[in-house]
Amino acid sequence: MNDLKYEPVIGLEIHVQLKTRSKMFCASANNPDEAAPNTNICEVCSGQPGSMPVANREAVKKSIMVGLALGCEIPEYSKFDRKNYFYPDLPKGYQISQYDQPLCGKGEVVLGGSKIRITRAHLEEDAGKLIHEGAGSLVDLNRAGVPLLEIVTEPDFRTPAEAKEFLQDLQNIVRYLGVSDADMEKGHLRCDANVSVRRAGEKVLPPYKVEIKNMNSFRAVEAGLDYEIKRQEEALKTGGELLNETRGWDEAKAVTVQQRIKEEAQDYRYFPEPDLPALHFEKGYIEELRRLLPELPAAKRTRFMYEFGLSKKDADVLIADKNLAGFFEQVVSEMQEWAEEEGRQDDIKKFAKLTNNWIVGDFQALLKTTNQDPQDTKITAENLAELIKMIDRGEVSGSAGKKILSVMFEKGGDPSNIAVDEGLGQVSDESEIAAVVEKIISENSSVVADYKSGKKQAIGFLVGKVMAETKGKANPQVVNKILQEKLG
Amino acid sequence: MDYAFATIRELRQALDDKEVSSVELAKFFLARIKKYNPELNAFITITEDEALAQAGDADQAIARGEVGLLTGIPYAAKDLFSTRGIATTAASRILENFLPVYDATTIAKLKEQRAVLLGKTNLDQFAHGSSTETSCYGPSKNPWDSARMPGGSSGGSTAAVAAGLAPFALATETGGSIRQPASLCGISGWKPTYGRTSRFGVIAMTSSTDSIGTVARSAHDLAITAEVLSGHDPKDATTGNVPVMDYSAQLSAGLKGFKIGVPKEYFVEGIEEDVEKRVREAIAVAKDLGAEIVDVDLPLTGFGSLVYAIVTPSEVSSNLSRYDGIRYGHVTAEAKDLFEIYTKSRREGFGDEAKRRIMTGTYALSAGYRDAYYLKAQKVRRLLVQEFEQVFKKVDILLCPSSPNVAIKLGSAADNPLFGYIADQLNIPGALAGLAALSVPCGFGRPKDGEAVELPVGLQIIGPQWGEQKVFQVGHAYQQATDWHKQKPAGFQN
Repeated sequence: MNDLKYEPVIGLEIHVQLKTRSKMFCASANNPDEAAPNTNICEVCSGQPGSMPVANREAVKKSIMVGLALGCEIPEYSKFDRKNYFYPDLPKGYQISQYDQPLCGKGEVVLGGSKIRITRAHLEEDAGKLIHEGAGSLVDLNRAGVPLLEIVTEPDFRTPAEAKEFLQDLQNIVRYLGVSDADMEKGHLRCDANVSVRRAGEKVLPPYKVEIKNMNSFRAVEAGLDYEIKRQEEALKTGGELLNETRGWDEAKAVTVQQRIKEEAQDYRYFPEPDLPALHFEKGYIEELRRLLPELPAAKRTRFMYEFGLSKKDADVLIADKNLAGFFEQVVSEMQEWAEEEGRQDDIKKFAKLTNNWIVGDFQALLKTTNQDPQDTKITAENLAELIKMIDRGEVSGSAGKKILSVMFEKGGDPSNIAVDEGLGQVSDESEIAAVVEKIISENSSVVADYKSGKKQAIGFLVGKVMAETKGKANPQVVNKILQEKLG
Repeated sequence: MDYAFATIRELRQALDDKEVSSVELAKFFLARIKKYNPELNAFITITEDEALAQAGDADQAIARGEVGLLTGIPYAAKDLFSTRGIATTAASRILENFLPVYDATTIAKLKEQRAVLLGKTNLDQFAHGSSTETSCYGPSKNPWDSARMPGGSSGGSTAAVAAGLAPFALATETGGSIRQPASLCGISGWKPTYGRTSRFGVIAMTSSTDSIGTVARSAHDLAITAEVLSGHDPKDATTGNVPVMDYSAQLSAGLKGFKIGVPKEYFVEGIEEDVEKRVREAIAVAKDLGAEIVDVDLPLTGFGSLVYAIVTPSEVSSNLSRYDGIRYGHVTAEAKDLFEIYTKSRREGFGDEAKRRIMTGTYALSAGYRDAYYLKAQKVRRLLVQEFEQVFKKVDILLCPSSPNVAIKLGSAADNPLFGYIADQLNIPGALAGLAALSVPCGFGRPKDGEAVELPVGLQIIGPQWGEQKVFQVGHAYQQATDWHKQKPAGFQN
């Protein structure tokens, strides 16, 4: 046992299932979640004799957009290759993939201040699924031929948390691009990790690496890596042997288990796919796609912070959900218009903060009760903005606002109408409030006496009485002001 | 009219004139197939019911005046074309009893024309060979001498047309599999430009080289089939977007002003004496018709078969991977695990030649060898393409023999070491370069074995890529001046 310090070296291989109408090389529907087996198949994706692939333009375009979002070089020339191996879920006995001319070359993304280098990203077809039943196995080819984008990173991660964060960012990016649902539990996003451990401060890569598979959630990626790093450190400290091997993450037992020792690399006998002509892209096409890129999460975060004065923490919560961020912007834009009309441009950051609080707080809580997307509820951006304005103007109290919001969520409608219907309008009229204040002062002479004798906190009791008398509708600030005046 | 040996044009006329119905023609050819196929073994499957139904449809269409170039015309298809619901074997054990779920694009185009499929013809197993002797269903026989081979791999198609069992047939070529058997059987064959016709639905041999063509009785008939079959196929990404001409309408321009190249590398030792004589006579005919004849050099010719010997097995090894006993085709009766399902099914299902190519190709593509073999071969292939491009800047077409020999005896290929080699020299470079070519009959010659039989000799007409119009024009001009293509073998009268 030694006391040396070690550090992990982690690289990721991520498969993103692209959302396209048809499969990668045929017209069969791309719906791998289809329940009835072998329904979305044809002569091409089931590998019938004589059938031939034709590349899906949409999948190529979406892959390049991901590459651009990850800062990858996009070469003007690319091609498909055959990767030959036998397995029952692989109908042709080879997978059409890309070997030495991927669609996306080297790239780089910034992650929490450190740079993560992308090695490449290439397009390939998914395999089918095997269903093991009793003594035999069944093959379902609904997934066979679905487009998959494989993204490979350099071994630039130093902690499991970094790897997890990258994966979450990537999920967000592909969702912003609209190229994949990227749901890990459903296998739209799959992550394998290569991990090894070296002495802290070493520059060279360790002489071995372990590939971990079967990590089907963000949590599993972090936990699997954590476990594996500890296992490897332990082995190094006790003089144990570390091998090039593939290990699987066992979720139930929370351990990695050896699957295969890689004594030598498997020979896939790659060669250029003769059934598909090489791909040539004009510079103009790539630039056009670059122009089509939507604002990506990192840019949106920065903008929310500078333009609206949100904290990084607040901005992170919003951008984590493209739709929530979008809804936020719609509401804020309503607020901006109003601020300009009212000549209150200086209050825009204040309104943005208020909007953020309502959306991340009560609105999101309501969304969770029905599992809805922000755009799909009965609350329009216009109505939510109206509610925030009403609160700002003192027409309703904050607590009444919460009640109005839940009514809007349930039934829809204009918040000012709801305030009237539900009797939740706030009373700010000074003469109306003054009458109630008079009444309370006359009914509570001993408390008034306490106040006058110097017990200033006694005013809180009186405010509470006024609020109770008005069933919470009085504007507490106005109540406070009038009480102070009356009591001298 | 003698329908058995009539051309597509003549049959079209007879159908349009209501002299004969499509059903009558189908019945006529089906009867001939039943009569002569036991001797020739040209067909693996006879599709009598389908043929009569399709012919009935064709007759109705003709009555309605919906007549395409091939409406009601019977044909045969090499058993490498996927035909929905009709057995498609590739002449292999591994696809015995295999019923495809879809039609090849070429079959679909002929269906659209309402042409009538008579049956599926014999071939070398998976088209691996040039004699039909590697077929699991036994070799086909040459109609000119049933002791001899018809050539291959499209030997069933050429034997069927030569014996008057079908007016035309679908065939495929990777390195001579149309031109050589057409030559040996004394009929005309079209090896299209790579990408001119769709490969979709044709069981792949060498995907980068496979060409889908036809065999028939004349260059004119071939041009008709080319008009129907050519064009871009959205299901085959390697088909070209080059316009399809009215090939058959523009055949009569003659040879005046044509520059014809005679490549000296195609007249080498090993070519039979009579073959060379007949081909030189044919070149003289072309000269008489007004063409200018020039000698040309194709110094890289010899590398063709070396490139082929790497590229073909490499692609074959991958293309045959899908025959794994999992989804269709032969599956072994007993296996203790997945590995055994693969190894036993494939060992039992593939013939020797397929196994040889799988092993060679697997080796050539292996890590450490791929660069030295497959990638280098592809580079040499590029040079061959460039050499042809250069020569076609100087001449319109090339003339040479289609085969170095006339038909040899069944089983004698093994004793003839040059059989494959010289034949490869004549056919493979052009195939690798994806060129358009024809073989047309140009007379008869005695075989080298000394038997006193006269056997057909084929003239090869090679054009540039997309040079279909030129090769049809030259073939037609030659057939207007000669009647070698009208000769028919004895013993196949009605």
